[in-house]
Amino acid sequence: MRHRTRIAVGPVQFRIGSDWAAPIAALKSLYAGYPCDKARPADATVRLFAARPWRRWLRPSVHIGGDFIVPDALPLPLSMGLLAAEMGMNLQVALGWRRHLLLHASAVAKDGRAVVLSGESGSGKSTLAALLGEGEWRLMGDEFTLVEPGSGDALAFPRAVSLKNEAIAEVEARVDPARLGPLLAGTPKGDIRHLIPRADAIAAMHEPARPALLLFPRFGGEPAIERIGEGEAFVRLTEASTNYVALGEAGFAAMTRLVRETPAFTISYPDSAAGMAIVEQLWAEAVR
Amino acid sequence: MADRIYRAPGDGALRIEALGAVTAIFDRRSMQTHLVVAPMPEILVELAAGPCDAATLAARLADRFDMEGEGDAAAIIADRLGELAAMGLVEPA
Repeated sequence: MRHRTRIAVGPVQFRIGSDWAAPIAALKSLYAGYPCDKARPADATVRLFAARPWRRWLRPSVHIGGDFIVPDALPLPLSMGLLAAEMGMNLQVALGWRRHLLLHASAVAKDGRAVVLSGESGSGKSTLAALLGEGEWRLMGDEFTLVEPGSGDALAFPRAVSLKNEAIAEVEARVDPARLGPLLAGTPKGDIRHLIPRADAIAAMHEPARPALLLFPRFGGEPAIERIGEGEAFVRLTEASTNYVALGEAGFAAMTRLVRETPAFTISYPDSAAGMAIVEQLWAEAVR
Repeated sequence: MADRIYRAPGDGALRIEALGAVTAIFDRRSMQTHLVVAPMPEILVELAAGPCDAATLAARLADRFDMEGEGDAAAIIADRLGELAAMGLVEPA
């Protein structure tokens, strides 16, 4: 393709090609601080392409392609090319990755141990992880957490954090503007702005962390903490995994071990400060 | 069909892991995961000792577990055996 780049996020090496220069330039800017090994073979390929040659110029719309595709996905306008690239990268990992158990979860780590936060969009897992990652925690990822089947360790996938809607202003107030990407207003997912993780989180992205807490956050309502059993955690995490079925017995073994060894809680919180306080409280009890 | 005889799958077909109140069962033949609660795991363990019908199984389980006050144990076990068969975890002998 005319424009291309390579990006390594955790254990995944992406090869991204585009018919247009802008999405690649935006990616290179967001991922400038990430390690780059051009000799390493790509694990996943993302292609951003025009459906017809003239659509490169005339009302350009970006189709997302790669090793795995969503057949009915609607193209995005070129102004949202960065979002198209992010969606393409997520898709390749969600559908293609087999080396680790993949959880749709954010994670932060401290002293070699991880807090894994799993939830639907809107649960606040990305925002909580991003805000904790600006404090004493290492941001491991805002979207995916990988679990190594052999060791049970969590591995980081610290892509650029996808801040949405209200979370944008909350993070903007705390970080150097140089760590924020362009505002993508009015996307199908609302307003989006990317946050580049801190340099120490990127530098440590290959360091595994032993899961110490499994949290299932829910944004809204009074602060609440409820311990859940191994069986419920198992059900919730299999639903949050995109490759549990594909991994077969290795996935079953990794999942049973994870829920047995890691205390799990549902948490509700009315605002980010309350959510962060609950995480800190549970962490203090878990590592005591 | 309380008199129907069932048998457990062959050795190594199932991987059974207790997770607190529920038990996760991985079926290596179908690659499917099943989540069950008592008395399903107990039935599978007992059935592994040899094929039998619900009445015999109920008697065997009664030797090991307190099943008083659970109504017609054989009929209940027969229903559970039917459910396990529908999941492919036991089969008619």
